[in-house]
Amino acid sequence: MKILVAVKRVVDYAVKIRVKPDKSGVETSNVKMSMNPFCEIALEEALRIKESGRASEVVAVSVGSVQCADTLRTGLAMGADRAIHVECPGTLYPLSVAKIFKALVDAEKPGLLFLGKQAIDDDCNQTGQMIAGLLKWPQGTFASKVVLDEGNKVATVDREVDGGLETLSLDLPAVITTDLRLNQPRYATLPNIMKAKSKVIKKLTLQDLNVEIRSDLEVVQVTEPPKRQAGVILSSVDELVDRLKNEARVT
Amino acid sequence: MKYLTAASRLLRHSSRNLSDHRSNLQFFCSIRPSSSGLSYTSLRSYEHLIQDDCFHRKITLKNICFRGSGVGILHCLPKFQSDGIRTHHRNLASTALIPERNKSFATINSDDISYFKKVLGGRGVVQDEEKLDDANTDWMRKYKGSSKLMLQPRKTQEVSQILDYCNSRCLAVVPQGGNTGLVGGSIPVYDEVIINIGSMNNVLSFDKVSGILVCEAGCILENLMSFLDNEGYIMPLDLGAKGSCQIGGNVSTNAGGLRLLRYGSLHGSVLGLEVVLANGTVLDMLGTLRKDNTGYDLKHLFIGSEGSLGIVTKVSILTPPMLSSVNLAFLACEDYLSCQKILVEAKTKLGEILSAFEFLDINAMDLVLKHLDGLRDPLPSSKHNFYVLIETTGSMESHDKEKLEAFLVQAIESGLLTDGVVAQDINQASSFWRIREGVPEALLKEGATYKYDLSLPPEKMYNLVEEMRQRLGTAANVVAYGHLGDGNLHLNISTQQYDDNILAKIEPFVYEWTSKQRGSISAEHGIGLMKASKLHYSNSAETVQVMAAIKKVLDPNGILNPYKVLPTPALSQT
Repeated sequence: MKILVAVKRVVDYAVKIRVKPDKSGVETSNVKMSMNPFCEIALEEALRIKESGRASEVVAVSVGSVQCADTLRTGLAMGADRAIHVECPGTLYPLSVAKIFKALVDAEKPGLLFLGKQAIDDDCNQTGQMIAGLLKWPQGTFASKVVLDEGNKVATVDREVDGGLETLSLDLPAVITTDLRLNQPRYATLPNIMKAKSKVIKKLTLQDLNVEIRSDLEVVQVTEPPKRQAGVILSSVDELVDRLKNEARVT
Repeated sequence: MKYLTAASRLLRHSSRNLSDHRSNLQFFCSIRPSSSGLSYTSLRSYEHLIQDDCFHRKITLKNICFRGSGVGILHCLPKFQSDGIRTHHRNLASTALIPERNKSFATINSDDISYFKKVLGGRGVVQDEEKLDDANTDWMRKYKGSSKLMLQPRKTQEVSQILDYCNSRCLAVVPQGGNTGLVGGSIPVYDEVIINIGSMNNVLSFDKVSGILVCEAGCILENLMSFLDNEGYIMPLDLGAKGSCQIGGNVSTNAGGLRLLRYGSLHGSVLGLEVVLANGTVLDMLGTLRKDNTGYDLKHLFIGSEGSLGIVTKVSILTPPMLSSVNLAFLACEDYLSCQKILVEAKTKLGEILSAFEFLDINAMDLVLKHLDGLRDPLPSSKHNFYVLIETTGSMESHDKEKLEAFLVQAIESGLLTDGVVAQDINQASSFWRIREGVPEALLKEGATYKYDLSLPPEKMYNLVEEMRQRLGTAANVVAYGHLGDGNLHLNISTQQYDDNILAKIEPFVYEWTSKQRGSISAEHGIGLMKASKLHYSNSAETVQVMAAIKKVLDPNGILNPYKVLPTPALSQT
């Protein structure tokens, strides 16, 4: 069975985000970029399934500008067998990515598609679900545990939902999006980094996939949330009551 | 807070000896929340964890961090059981070497207190026993003074007035910053007045073009780092104590740290100082010029003199720009010789982008994995004898990554490395750094530690460790780690409890060994109280005499940080 894993190149989780002065977006030039943490978890899960003998190949896929190749290299260094880079400049929204993936899945025919539950730059949490909708595949989102059965026919997925854990049974092929507690991603070891150099990153364009995307969304403005006001130490209960009544408007 | 006070009083009464600071069951646990590198927090811990801010130290809680795993404070509080409280005896050998209290120093009286209250206001005069307790004890919990008074000036003028007064009254003083020093230099030996600079913590100016930062001496290093982060610059030094240490203290001790390999020592980065001398004279040398050859460059006297020549009140420092591409590799070597060869290779192949080169041996690694939560072995497949951490900092991600990977590939192919991992994002990098920066903390949790900080020729460095292991056998765990790139070894001997027999096997052997190699008995930690009598191992008699002469000129009454840095006999000769 082939497993496809979608990975996204985002601003590194630990970087302090700054908004561009013209408020058109977030500052991304000269800022450390890395693989989306949830995508790392997705890739790790795929690798573990392959190591248990259930899958024959793990393919890392990324959609975006030229620099996505860096993220794919990381994926290959972690252990993916090959990578596909769909070159597509400009901002991409989940629906566009989903359409691209539909075309890719039709071509590659994997048994499982793993994604991170959401990207930490837009927090959309839509791509996995949309792909499943377009493909008419079952989906198990926010997975905190994935167990495949003997014949790779059914996946049992524990989902983290607001009320607790929900267990679903999915017929393969299926889309699974991964949540934080699914696993702890491995480090890219030197031997694997060296092996990754000889692994292939196939480049595709939108024309190759016969996909047309247009965006119905336009970002008008990006601003920082209002700065948190410092707390004030009050000198007496009377002052507190006064402030509560007049400033906080507590009746 | 009330609970803490009551409980601490209870604990104090349970101590057999109330006034003897040597056997004191009070247990301070210094923990580092794993955010932003490491913040020092001092808590009192009994059977259960106390999730509270400490009275004296600031906790800087950050969710995003450069060297930390971004987990909140609760995850890092150590789990101490009641047998974790250990009695701390100052070993007799070193007590013998601590000089008697200098009889020419006066003791404080009520007139002094009223004067200080007039100058500093009520808030600046601290006589509260709880707070003094903390200020009297060093981070290692090895030394404890008995000062009855702590002053917290807010302006240089106040420092000047205090010192002038103390000089005229012949009251000894101890300048204190973050109190994170490891040689007992920041706490009183007897009843010296503590002058804590922590309240002078303003950033005065920052030039965005030149990167020159001017700030007061009480600014915490980590806060300066955050400030500079916003401006696109970094501090030229970085050390594990960044959450609590203050820049004035860093300058006074010529702190080294993790970035010295790349940015050099503070003697190079500090452009100017404002210092208050023992008699209250304010020396304004707060230049912001990169080049200024006009007369004797006096600021270098104060950099590294550990508060014995003057109190630093303002610092002007050159900060390097923040570069976007930081890469970190955690590597394993079979033997020490390979570590050295890797160092040479790294310097030539990585060249200008190399920014840190650290090593730790297998004992250090085991301790860290044993005591620190949330850390996993980056190379779990097998046990390795030596681990090396290499960091590169540059302006072009692709160029740096290519260079680093080419270097690593060659190193593996030539057999210098047995394994390694490269951090793929900042979080992974932080966890690797946490391993290296967490060794002192792990040692603290393991038991008693005899800590030595030596500069040695890199080829000979590990020979000392092996000889020490032979000498001590199974009696103690000899742990080695340090700034291999700078030739700086942190040799730590870990035992269950302080034991004079073990100390006798360590000292003076370690100092004599170092001296024979013409090494330094204190590469970056300084002399403080711990090594004041050992100065001759790394300095000729004539050199020490000149040091004493300079001390006499700048501080004739010897009130600034007495009993430290210079050996008492040398001072009495002048």
